[in-house]
Amino acid sequence: MEHAFLVALLLTDATVRVATPLVLAAFAALYSERAGVVDIGLEGKMLAGAFFAAAVASSTGNPWLGLLAAVAASVGLALVHGFACITHKGNQVVSGMAVNILVAGLAPTLAYAWFRQGGQTPLLPGEARLPQIHLPGVEALAGIPVLGPVLGPVYRELIDDANVLVWLTVLLVVATHWVFTRSRFGLRLRAVGENPAAVDTAGLSVTRLRYQAVVVTGVLTGIAGAYLSTAHGAGFVRDMTAGKGYLALAALIFGKWRPWPTLFACLLFASTDAVQVRLQGVPLPVVGVIPVQFIQMLPYVLTVLLLAGFVGRAVAPRAGGIPYVKER
Amino acid sequence: MKRILAVLVLSLTAGTALAADEFLPAVVFDQGGKFDKSFNEAAYNGAERFKKETGIAYREFEVTSEGQREQALRNMARRGATVITAVGFSQSAAVDKVSREYPNTKFCLIDDKLDLPNVQSVTFKEHEGSFLVGMLAALASRTGKVGFVGGMDIPLIRNFQTGYEQGVRHVKADGEVFTNMTGTTPAAWNDPTRGAELAKSQFGRGADVVFAAAGATGLGVLQAAADAGRLGVGVDSNQNWIHPGKILTSMVKRVDVTVYDCMKTAKDGSWAPGHRVVGLKEEGVGYALDENNRRLVTAEMEKAVEDAKRKIIAGELVVKAYQP
Repeated sequence: MEHAFLVALLLTDATVRVATPLVLAAFAALYSERAGVVDIGLEGKMLAGAFFAAAVASSTGNPWLGLLAAVAASVGLALVHGFACITHKGNQVVSGMAVNILVAGLAPTLAYAWFRQGGQTPLLPGEARLPQIHLPGVEALAGIPVLGPVLGPVYRELIDDANVLVWLTVLLVVATHWVFTRSRFGLRLRAVGENPAAVDTAGLSVTRLRYQAVVVTGVLTGIAGAYLSTAHGAGFVRDMTAGKGYLALAALIFGKWRPWPTLFACLLFASTDAVQVRLQGVPLPVVGVIPVQFIQMLPYVLTVLLLAGFVGRAVAPRAGGIPYVKER
Repeated sequence: MKRILAVLVLSLTAGTALAADEFLPAVVFDQGGKFDKSFNEAAYNGAERFKKETGIAYREFEVTSEGQREQALRNMARRGATVITAVGFSQSAAVDKVSREYPNTKFCLIDDKLDLPNVQSVTFKEHEGSFLVGMLAALASRTGKVGFVGGMDIPLIRNFQTGYEQGVRHVKADGEVFTNMTGTTPAAWNDPTRGAELAKSQFGRGADVVFAAAGATGLGVLQAAADAGRLGVGVDSNQNWIHPGKILTSMVKRVDVTVYDCMKTAKDGSWAPGHRVVGLKEEGVGYALDENNRRLVTAEMEKAVEDAKRKIIAGELVVKAYQP
């Protein structure tokens, strides 16, 4: 029993670690898409973030500067995307894809030019990575009678020593919920994604609002990238985002463009991944050992099943993907 | 028509004559990239050694997607390379095809077997080297549980795994080995984030030594081990220096020697096609011991491993290869 409890805790912990970049990227897209700008360039922006975070952290030894550089690079790309499809009313999917392709080639090339180690940055030493937050009182809590044996491990495995970006992500989720339901900015964003003409009539600038949304997207994807290369990992490797940007987008659609369901979708994807890792090579009752290929398929099968059967119709923001043209 | 043919033949022979005059080696690296600190980097080191000793520069290409292999090999051959080294089993099909198109060019293929008159292929007995690091892992482990993280799920990597398991069991009959494969596509060589996650899951189950046979993905595994205060085991190149004192040893595969030999023999004229299998006996595989991990390997551990090594070479101890 105690063993099963510990396994469950470790699974939850792994889920949180894997989900963090997904949540950051999915919430990034949430801002942009609710404002009516489709963004499939998440992958590219994350990759740029990962590269610049690692590059700057490795040359300065300061992970916070790395984080700043990641955010700056990612916001830069977001503005390019914005310039193409808000100012010049270009096709949003094409522009997003262009960002992905651009970074997939540019990051390894720059890495090669700057560090001469192939398309990688040097491995980062401990002090050049974003820290984990060590909380006091692990032993004290475990010592409490009755509750101690339950709360102790929960505190030790889950809450203590989580990375600083994990905490930031938790704050972000709550803040995003507040922004979209309570704040003037969030409500206007939602309006601009549903009916930009109405927003325009009310005397607000559609362009300005959409640019603001895109910049928020850039900031968050930059953080997601920095998490990959300087918090969870220690250095940049070519294509290290490995499709997480697209997965985040799927989570957003799965979550019907709403904060809490999107968070749930990210956690679901991450937990199937965590479970999948632990099922490899483990004999199960009745069926025995399942081939690796089959187990690695599980998260995708689950996604298809859920999308097909359980979610119901996902309604996108009505003005999503359509550039706003003022009436003449 | 006849004249055109004659000109063609002439120009063709002239072309080959020109190529024969100028010795031009080439290397095509696999998807992990030249500086993966592991498999491809070993090949790179071999080529660099050749360049340093002979002063002959070599052409190189890093394959970054499936479709480029054949193109890269053909390009090298067309531009007059004398001997082309193709690094990695996944280039096998491409070498098969291109070597038939250019029968006068020599090809060396690493990690797979091809039976062609102008191809030399070299495979390694990874299971033998992995057996030794498996023994070391079991001897260093306090929990009796050790981990293995493979890259792409292919027989070659399963060969590392099966040798490793036999080594662990050789020391501790009831030792547990947790195995995880990163994926089933070549992208599995390049996913350190996932590698770290796999290693952490094994630590969660009690493993305290983890062997990474996964190219650049392995960097994530070794990082996770160093972060968690456990021990990692490197692969292909000597990776002990990456986290000094936190990497127990590395299963070294002398790809560098193979690449060097291929170029060198081609230069000398003693190059011969055919298939070679190298193991402990030929010093094609082994385990790394240097100042970075000296403290981790005790005298008894070293003695036990050296004993086993001797027995394997003498044929008294048989390590089974992977049988699909």
